[in-house]
Amino acid sequence: MKRSLPLAMLLALSLAPAARAANEADYKAAYATAEAASKEAAGLRNQWTTTVTTLAAARKAADGGDFDRATAAAREAEALAKASIFQANSEKDAWKAMEIR
Amino acid sequence: MKTRSALLLGSLSAALVAFALTSPRVVAADKVDPAADAKAFQNFFFQKFPEVKHEDFVNGPYSMNADMKRQWQEKEEFPPYEFALDAGKEMFATPFKNGKTYADCFPNGGVGIRQTYPYFDEKEGKVVTLELALNRCREANGEQPYSYVKDEMASLTAYMAFTSRGKPMDIRIPDDPRALAAFENGKRYFYTRRGQMNFSCASCHVQSPGERIRAEVLAPALGILNAMPIYRSEWSGMGTISRRFVTCNSQTRAVPLEPQSDEYRDVEYFLSYVANGLPISGPGARP
Repeated sequence: MKRSLPLAMLLALSLAPAARAANEADYKAAYATAEAASKEAAGLRNQWTTTVTTLAAARKAADGGDFDRATAAAREAEALAKASIFQANSEKDAWKAMEIR
Repeated sequence: MKTRSALLLGSLSAALVAFALTSPRVVAADKVDPAADAKAFQNFFFQKFPEVKHEDFVNGPYSMNADMKRQWQEKEEFPPYEFALDAGKEMFATPFKNGKTYADCFPNGGVGIRQTYPYFDEKEGKVVTLELALNRCREANGEQPYSYVKDEMASLTAYMAFTSRGKPMDIRIPDDPRALAAFENGKRYFYTRRGQMNFSCASCHVQSPGERIRAEVLAPALGILNAMPIYRSEWSGMGTISRRFVTCNSQTRAVPLEPQSDEYRDVEYFLSYVANGLPISGPGARP
């Protein structure tokens, strides 16, 4: 029993995918997803400035060949865009709670 | 058993009566009623700040803070918007290349009419602001439109506001479903949270007037446009209503809309209408 636990952990670790650096394809996929979400937010007239600047940061990092940073920024931009879409949709009714009546 | 049935029947009857009593209110609350909205809006501020004279709300943060008010009153002896005012007066009187002037585009020669803007144009089916009307006047006379956010537009509107100083805001909403929709759209824009900061216009100017946000004292929403355009120390220059909306959006980390977009025109309509009866005080000066 005592010996089986470290063995099981070793097996689990050997099966786990090794963390690897992001490549251009990862960046392009992440950027395309983020850009689509950003366009949806803009269509709702609720684009956030931070989505725009984070997308720009992703492009800049990719231009410099830093795909780790570029992919991370694209994923962050996607999260920001999705949050702005959620905000726009929830505010369609939620604004009434603030109204002076 | 009989007792239980009687209780059930009684509860159902009570629920039905409650529903019947509340449902007309729900319907009434959803109906667009600008007059009722304006009354509720003004009462909210009058009750929240009972010590502030009603006509003083148009002075924004100065109505909320006695120290700031004293400083502003001293500054008003040599107001920072004076250069813009003089420039606007000259521009207003200078003929276009075709010989006509701004006065030809407006009722009463454009003098003392600021309090009637924005208005709902029933032909166009949209709200027309003073800034929009000025640029349309220019274009109709073969001139290039001005930037909506500063400089010349601010000078022109400063002069026109000055000729209306003291006149009560007098915005009309015609009995036209499109005008009511514009008012409602403006109201929705005003109360809708946006940007990464998750702020609406009301977050600052209804929930927190008189409070500080960093070094600034927040102005009440009531009468906030009566002082426009303004010289703002933060901007080191003049700014129009369009500029005010654009910068408010940016500060909440929302990408601003285009100046004179439908949303901005409608929110100007809403804010101006709910300030009906309060005097025009523009051009103004703000920290």
